[in-house]
Amino acid sequence: MTFNDFMMILDSKPLDEVLKEYPIGWDFLANFRLNNLAKELPFSQALLKVDDEALAEFGLDRFEALKTFGVFLEQFTPKENLLEEVKSITISGGWDKSRTPENISLTISAGEIISIVGPTGSGKSRLLNDIECLAQGDTLTGRRILVNGAELDELQRFEMEGKLVAQLSQNMNFVMDLTVREFLEMHARCRLTPNIGEVVAICFQRANQLAGEKFSEDTLVTQLSGGQSRALMIADTAYMSDSPIILIDEIENAGINRRQAIGLLAKREKIIFVSTHDPLLALSAHKRIIIKNGGIAKVIGISEEEKKSLGMIENLDNTMQRLRTALRAGELIHMKDLNGPSF
Amino acid sequence: MKLITVAGPPSSGKTSVILKLIECMNCDKGSIGVVKFDCLTSFDNLSYEEAGIPVQTGFSGKICPDHYFVSNIEDAVQWGVHSGFEMLITESAGLCNRCSPYIRGILAVCVIDNLSGVNTPRKIGPMLKFADIVVVTKGDIVSQAEREVFAFNIRQVNSAAKVIVVNGITGQGAFILAKYLRQAVEIQSLTDTKLRFTTPAAVCSYCTGETKIGAPYQMGMMKKMEFKNL
Repeated sequence: MTFNDFMMILDSKPLDEVLKEYPIGWDFLANFRLNNLAKELPFSQALLKVDDEALAEFGLDRFEALKTFGVFLEQFTPKENLLEEVKSITISGGWDKSRTPENISLTISAGEIISIVGPTGSGKSRLLNDIECLAQGDTLTGRRILVNGAELDELQRFEMEGKLVAQLSQNMNFVMDLTVREFLEMHARCRLTPNIGEVVAICFQRANQLAGEKFSEDTLVTQLSGGQSRALMIADTAYMSDSPIILIDEIENAGINRRQAIGLLAKREKIIFVSTHDPLLALSAHKRIIIKNGGIAKVIGISEEEKKSLGMIENLDNTMQRLRTALRAGELIHMKDLNGPSF
Repeated sequence: MKLITVAGPPSSGKTSVILKLIECMNCDKGSIGVVKFDCLTSFDNLSYEEAGIPVQTGFSGKICPDHYFVSNIEDAVQWGVHSGFEMLITESAGLCNRCSPYIRGILAVCVIDNLSGVNTPRKIGPMLKFADIVVVTKGDIVSQAEREVFAFNIRQVNSAAKVIVVNGITGQGAFILAKYLRQAVEIQSLTDTKLRFTTPAAVCSYCTGETKIGAPYQMGMMKKMEFKNL
């Protein structure tokens, strides 16, 4: 459906039929206070009964209003999504702050987890910026980002930039005054998801699996605990965000199963970057990028020894969790609590 | 000289975005100037001065800020041209959330923030509707889902604009914004160019200093609400 198709429809089909087929059109009418239009007429004719002044308040005349509705319907018709076709990205090296070349070409495929480590200010966010804006040697670092092994032309870059990376960080909060269910439904609606009920149900269920403490659909999102919020954000990103790349900036270790959370995103064929110094998370990644002096100093694959140590790290982590839970419940801590089942 | 007009509600992050943007432009120091239009007071000139950016501030006081903008913008451009700037950025707050005087052919940027509520984009009006680029700030403190819903609501009102998320603290996203702003056209003067939208009508008794309430004191352009009987 092109813009011209929509203009024809708006000129010939009764408005109520158009709205039945494209319910999102109701939003357009509400945005321009046109809810009371005669629905049995085509939009172009119904407009004739609207006061000039009412349209002028929005900076429109009748023809502009018709055109704006046409553009709107075209914009919100699901179409081929370039983002869905992102199967891998390649970071092709530039240079660090002292202009030393990075000499690197790293290809990361969907489902892969990469951790990024390095001191504050070392250049982690620069790397993310390069990925987000699909740098083509035109940023400060001189890096190039290839998608599916190829450079992008300007048009593709325009279509993708800004939507490529979904971000999740410790500082993020929910600010909407909605229940969990309403929140998920609203997000699904704006993704033009056809089967809203189904997607909402699965997001809710997965979020609850990830969260230490369970929550109901009627909880206000602003009342969720830190762990529950993070769990909901991750489930929501996994099932509803169309960004193929996810950047996670440290997840607090209370109230959420972090490894499972990241595993869920990987299973959804996302490319995952975790900026973290939490050993459990960093070693759950397939590779890790070491950042120094604004550049990628090294990329190391996880070693066998590191893989083996993961189990022990997890036990240590569980012990800390148990201690926290015990303290919260008002219990005394005993030496024997420190000797978890693994020691 | 390239001219860019930036508008947005108070405290949406206009100044931070402009500062990060200028950093990204890679221009010689002093070759980008800023004119700040405000109402009563402003402290943003300090931030600009600290960054070594030439800045002029104007206060509209009792005049409608948008009318004030239009009657001073040509002088601002001449100031910029005479100062030899490569680029002039104007910053103004859209105070009544109705309009901010964008000019035809001049790149118009609207800055709004994620914290202002998801439905805000649908309520702002021409300031958002007529912008070429919508910059969304404070995305680092809300969830990805809320950012997506917010961007969706922006596209509902302005389907043609480019929506760019910029972090005013770290500057993330400013590079993409800078790329688009380089496309702004070169101008020497604005005389005979036109506004994209009329500024608010304001010729009633209250515009001229009336303070008393009641029908006998209301004169000129009035718009009355309709109250239905229950």
